[in-house]
Amino acid sequence: MSTPNTNPSDIDDVLETAARWRGAGRKVAMATVIATWGSSPRPVGSQLAVDQDGTMAGSVSGGCIEGAVVHEAKKVMEDGEPRLLSFGVSDEMAWDVGLACGGTVQVYVEAVE
Amino acid sequence: MRTATLQRLLQARADKEPVALVTDLTTGLQTLVFPDRVEGGFGLSPAHLEAVRDRIADDASGLIEEEDADGGMTLRLFVQVHNPPLRLILVGAVHIAQHLAPMAAMLGYGVTVVDPRGAFASEGRFPGVELDTRWPDEALADLAIDARTAVVTLTHDAKLDDPALLVALRSPAFYVGSLGSTRTHAKRLDRLRVQGLRDRQMARLHAPVGLDIGAVSPAEIALSVLAEITAVRRNGRILLHRD
Repeated sequence: MSTPNTNPSDIDDVLETAARWRGAGRKVAMATVIATWGSSPRPVGSQLAVDQDGTMAGSVSGGCIEGAVVHEAKKVMEDGEPRLLSFGVSDEMAWDVGLACGGTVQVYVEAVE
Repeated sequence: MRTATLQRLLQARADKEPVALVTDLTTGLQTLVFPDRVEGGFGLSPAHLEAVRDRIADDASGLIEEEDADGGMTLRLFVQVHNPPLRLILVGAVHIAQHLAPMAAMLGYGVTVVDPRGAFASEGRFPGVELDTRWPDEALADLAIDARTAVVTLTHDAKLDDPALLVALRSPAFYVGSLGSTRTHAKRLDRLRVQGLRDRQMARLHAPVGLDIGAVSPAEIALSVLAEITAVRRNGRILLHRD
């Protein structure tokens, strides 16, 4: 699969925000889209930074899986163990969950430490 | 991810140095791969290193996976490519350039406008845009055009467009386009041939510039140019139907 990169300036913002939060002594986790199947609103490489309070920067979807990712990100901040998350949504369910287009997204969540 | 790795990544991006962050999804270990060196947490075999560098060259983040005979995953690396921004060099600080520059910036391009005519290439007409008032061939030779650069000439003036095209069409630029009608373009090709360009080099020139979307206003023409640049960069389907 060779999905192109996202806009560089978007990524810059997320990485810099994560570094700034970390510099301020906050717990931070980073989520990255590592694979997609079917249609997906955010390409491979898209990132979301989360801090201990659940504050977000960037995105790994059209907004639908962010809640679940933040939930897992907090666990990653606690135990330091990276996690690989898969979200698959049928077209019928897609609208309810927020993946407006269906498809599957795999997200890697790691602590910044 | 270690904070030190994050800082190093941000530094490489600030230095506009291509780099890939490689994560071993099994162990969580990470390594930074630059075009000429590797910095980091785990070693890569020569074959995997080559695969990572291919991804940098293709500007394509993604997985490198290996299976054993039973279909079990023996290796899973995620490669996140961080390439410096794409660049767009516009020759001619004209009306269309005033629309093209901000639109290209929104698409993530670093834009430089080249025009030796100071009255055109003014800060007032191009707020926040990098301006180069040298003669186009001199400016383009100095701007180190690479495979992440697109060049578009917009002056309509052979004195300014031709010297720029002579440099651009010999460079590794991924896109070179020139404004002007089909008739103007035929004359232009004759001039460029006389000045030593080969057919193979001239065949790279997109002219008249832009996709034929019926654009009329300068903003619409800018849109058609950016649409074509995007199609070339992403191997867009529309180009398959070009003759």
